[in-house]
Amino acid sequence: MKRAFPILVFLVVAFLGYAAYQALVIAPTEQTMGNVQRIFYYHVPSAWTAFLLFSINFIASVTYLIRRNPSADAIALVSAEVGVVFCTVVLVTGPLWARPVWGIWWTWDVRLTSTLVLWLIYLSYLMLRRFSTSGQTPVLAAALAIFGALDVPLVYFSIWIFRTQHPQPVIGGGGSIDPRMMHVLLINWFAFLWLAALLCWSRYRLEYMRRELEETQALEALLEPRSSL
Amino acid sequence: MSLFAVTRATLAKDLRLEWRSKDAINSMLFFALLVVVVFSFSFDPNAEESRRIAGGLIWVAFLFAAVVALNQTWARELRNQVLDAYRVSPAPANSLFMAKALGNFVFVVVLEALMTPLFIMFYQLRALGPAWQLIPVAALGTWALVVNGTFFAAMSIRTRSREIMLPLLLFPFSIPALLAMVNATTAILTGELSARFWIVLLATYDVVFTIACLLLFESVLQAE
Repeated sequence: MKRAFPILVFLVVAFLGYAAYQALVIAPTEQTMGNVQRIFYYHVPSAWTAFLLFSINFIASVTYLIRRNPSADAIALVSAEVGVVFCTVVLVTGPLWARPVWGIWWTWDVRLTSTLVLWLIYLSYLMLRRFSTSGQTPVLAAALAIFGALDVPLVYFSIWIFRTQHPQPVIGGGGSIDPRMMHVLLINWFAFLWLAALLCWSRYRLEYMRRELEETQALEALLEPRSSL
Repeated sequence: MSLFAVTRATLAKDLRLEWRSKDAINSMLFFALLVVVVFSFSFDPNAEESRRIAGGLIWVAFLFAAVVALNQTWARELRNQVLDAYRVSPAPANSLFMAKALGNFVFVVVLEALMTPLFIMFYQLRALGPAWQLIPVAALGTWALVVNGTFFAAMSIRTRSREIMLPLLLFPFSIPALLAMVNATTAILTGELSARFWIVLLATYDVVFTIACLLLFESVLQAE
């Protein structure tokens, strides 16, 4: 495992470099927006990855509540943390693109607002995990994750009736995109998925070791002879 | 004991406790009063402007004030290990939850009934739309806040710095409900749009989260 990690890091970095080359050099320049549009190859894959990770978090949380399986809880924690990182990338790259193209940093549009609320919900999930005492954390966090999953569609519909300004989604939204751009987008998405998988994997191992250490320490504390008595 | 009997007994106990101490209602009232006065000073609106912003002001004031009551919901049961006694008792967990949520609902409704005249006075409010619709909006909106609030308070009681934790959990999850309440109230006050969509959304929110709370409360109460 220890030896596999540097190799994987190297592979992922190489893949990310190739994807960046594709996005910055190979992909055709957009007609009206120019080079600003290239941030799209980071924005959209990050969004897809974040949504995927939040879905994994939901599935792992439900699994935990049914089976009470500690590794499901660890997967839920890891996917939420890495998901928040990717969601932050989405929320940072969005305004960077919007300023030159729309002329404003931010607008209370349905997609932007829903993503922001999603981000807030998962931050509060991580806060709960951080502040709750260790034994009860998994159940409370799993319950909160289910609340989050119920809240997201309601957030979406509550903001939906305002006029939407965000460009239509490129898949299943009727928007048209150059096939070469689509190709680069998918390459970038796969690179991001690999990065996310690597981050999740190493974070999972860290969490696993942390729990083992905690258990060992608790056991040692029990076994230690009480000198004061 | 049946579900209903336990709910009634617990609710009666909570209301009696509150009637004698008036801890929650006094602190909520004073807090909401402060919000009204501070907002009134900082915005100094005329009648036309206040109609537009009042929906937001009213609900933000009630949301903040409700947190005061919600924080006390379970904290009261920690003294003398009452919550542990609940856990080992055969009383159904959901009836305990319903009693707490209904109790909070009563507190917040009393608060709203007392504060609304003040709002009307300070902000010179007069509804241009159908004013009776404010009643379902208030009832559904209050339930939306207290049902999740009671549930999250049961979570935050298990954390360090629990008083801070409740708003951190409640506010992000209440955004759709808050948006619906504020927009419905503004629509009714200005009389420009129909509030029907928002009332339906509030009702949906209430149904979804009441069911979720009832399904998950037992695991949260018993979490060890």
